[in-house]
Amino acid sequence: MNPRYFPLAATIAIFIVAYAVCIGQYPNMLSTRVIGNLLTDNAFLGIAAVGMTFVILSGGIDLSIGAVIAFTGVFLAVLLEKTSIHPLVAFALALAITTAFGALMGAIIHHLEMPPFIVTLAGMFLARGMAFVLSIDSIPIKHPFYATLKGIYYKLPGGGRITFIGGLMLVVFAAGILIAHRTRFGANVYALGGGAPTARLMGVPIGRTTILIYALSGFLAGLSGIVFSLYTSAGYSLATVGVELDAIAAVVIGGTLLTGGSGFVAGTLVGILIQGLIQTYITFDGSLSSWWTKILIGLLLFAFILLQKGLIHLTDRRRRHA
Amino acid sequence: MTSTLKAYAIRLFPQVAALVVILLMVSFAFPDFFRLEMQNGRLYGSLIDILNRGAPVALLAIGMTVVIATKGIDLSVGAVMAICGAVAAACITSGYGLVGTLLVTLGTGILCGLWNGVLVAVLDIQPIIATLVLMVAGRGIAQLITEGAILTFNDPGLIFIGSGSLLGLPMPVVIWLVFGLVVSLVVRRTALGMLIEALGVNRRASMLSGVSTGVLLIAAYVLCGLCAAIAGIIAAADIRGADANNAGLWLELDAILAVVVGGNSLLGGRFSIAASLLGALIIQSVNTGILLSGFPPEFNLIIKAAIIVLILVIQSPRAQSAFVFLSRSQGAAPAKTEEEAK
Repeated sequence: MNPRYFPLAATIAIFIVAYAVCIGQYPNMLSTRVIGNLLTDNAFLGIAAVGMTFVILSGGIDLSIGAVIAFTGVFLAVLLEKTSIHPLVAFALALAITTAFGALMGAIIHHLEMPPFIVTLAGMFLARGMAFVLSIDSIPIKHPFYATLKGIYYKLPGGGRITFIGGLMLVVFAAGILIAHRTRFGANVYALGGGAPTARLMGVPIGRTTILIYALSGFLAGLSGIVFSLYTSAGYSLATVGVELDAIAAVVIGGTLLTGGSGFVAGTLVGILIQGLIQTYITFDGSLSSWWTKILIGLLLFAFILLQKGLIHLTDRRRRHA
Repeated sequence: MTSTLKAYAIRLFPQVAALVVILLMVSFAFPDFFRLEMQNGRLYGSLIDILNRGAPVALLAIGMTVVIATKGIDLSVGAVMAICGAVAAACITSGYGLVGTLLVTLGTGILCGLWNGVLVAVLDIQPIIATLVLMVAGRGIAQLITEGAILTFNDPGLIFIGSGSLLGLPMPVVIWLVFGLVVSLVVRRTALGMLIEALGVNRRASMLSGVSTGVLLIAAYVLCGLCAAIAGIIAAADIRGADANNAGLWLELDAILAVVVGGNSLLGGRFSIAASLLGALIIQSVNTGILLSGFPPEFNLIIKAAIIVLILVIQSPRAQSAFVFLSRSQGAAPAKTEEEAK
């Protein structure tokens, strides 16, 4: 097997084993209801994590997504409360703002040649600050269109439901996989992650690709904000603090190399599901505290970093012998 | 000696100027800003308040400066603060005594730093990712120690660290001033500082020229852990309890910001601890200033973002090459005569 697939295979194996262990203890976890909830509860995180996957594949990092999600939620809530425009128009406005915001960060990263870490940190402060300026209260959203969207679902055999937002996450993942592996932009992202000088020599438009990557991440963070506002029916500027860490963790657990250049969007989905599974297990158990989620995710993160290190070591040795 | 002093003055000038400008701006909005009062043998006033409130970030900035100088970064300091605060509270409530508690807590911080250092130096993992592990898991560990509750204590010795005073200054201020001075002297009066800078500029080259880079890297992260432990003790002693959820939350970002505001490059190399401490004071002055001058605190984050962007623009390689270009094309002749005059 190609060593490129090892981390993905390991992630899938861990998910299957973990799920089997959970079912062994609580047979009810096999039901489609649990699976449907797994998708619905993690929809906003999953959509944001797709954007993060592209950013990390290109060798960057985006710390702003949690703040952008919160900003989108507050923006929608304020807009729907103060004006009478249709939510769909508000969605389009929110997406336009977050996409432009991401593109701006990408432009700063490229043109000022600064580390993405500190630029997106400034972006995080700015987005969170804008959310605070819009409103510091939690604003409920009571538009009937929200109720309509929340009422859409596909009924699975066994009583489970794939809700609108759960389905949207799956669609976004499918689109992400297509973009990553079947378009020129996707190839450029992988090339950029392999090393900017090499990519430049290969003729990859570095500037345009960098800006597009962060614009995509901003767009998906905005979409994730819309999903989060559908999920909670409210906008709150203190919501989704630290989601960027969960997204980064999901990407790494999904087998994407944090130095960039190698990984799969599909792996991120499994990474999200593993995190969701840990939370579901803790809910089923009832006696375990929720902080175990953090510790387990930290441990998984560590294990996968070690696995990646080992693989790089292995392929290096093989190349040297060849 | 005077030349080193002059070099110091030139290096620290932008930070000092920024701090003075900010303080003056705040004093326009809030006239009583510079008033100091002596009450019960302790100074009170807005300036002292800035020094006191800025203590955790200042302490974190000391360790973060050294780590960033090695071309690294430590994201876990906030979580380590939470762990150490929890350990301190747990030890003091189970009767270890003040000295024992402090030793165990500082030891915990060193252990956390050692973990990060080993991941970075021995396993050769990128610093952002290596320290991310502890950042994610750290708060969980702290919750485990406090068992989810906020552990409160009323040991007078430990509380003294948070709210006592020495020589008229609040205890946290004394601690970060002394610690900053000690670390600066240790790195600047020995070759350590230069070796750290060499390591940050080019790790492989400094290894080939005989610097034990591994030990030095681990030491930098251990120092960072130690700083986080002290900051954690102060934060816990200040509220007389360990809050695993909120202690040190997002302070790692403030600490990194302080280092960047201090004019240290995130790409490693030359560093100045004094400049980072000034950076921490600038951040705290902005925070306090916004509160005092009656702006809604919501603007705090936006102003912070604006400061970062401004510094990024000034520090960016492109802007610097533009500066060099401008100064060469305009001031080429005078620069030459100046050199001849020397």
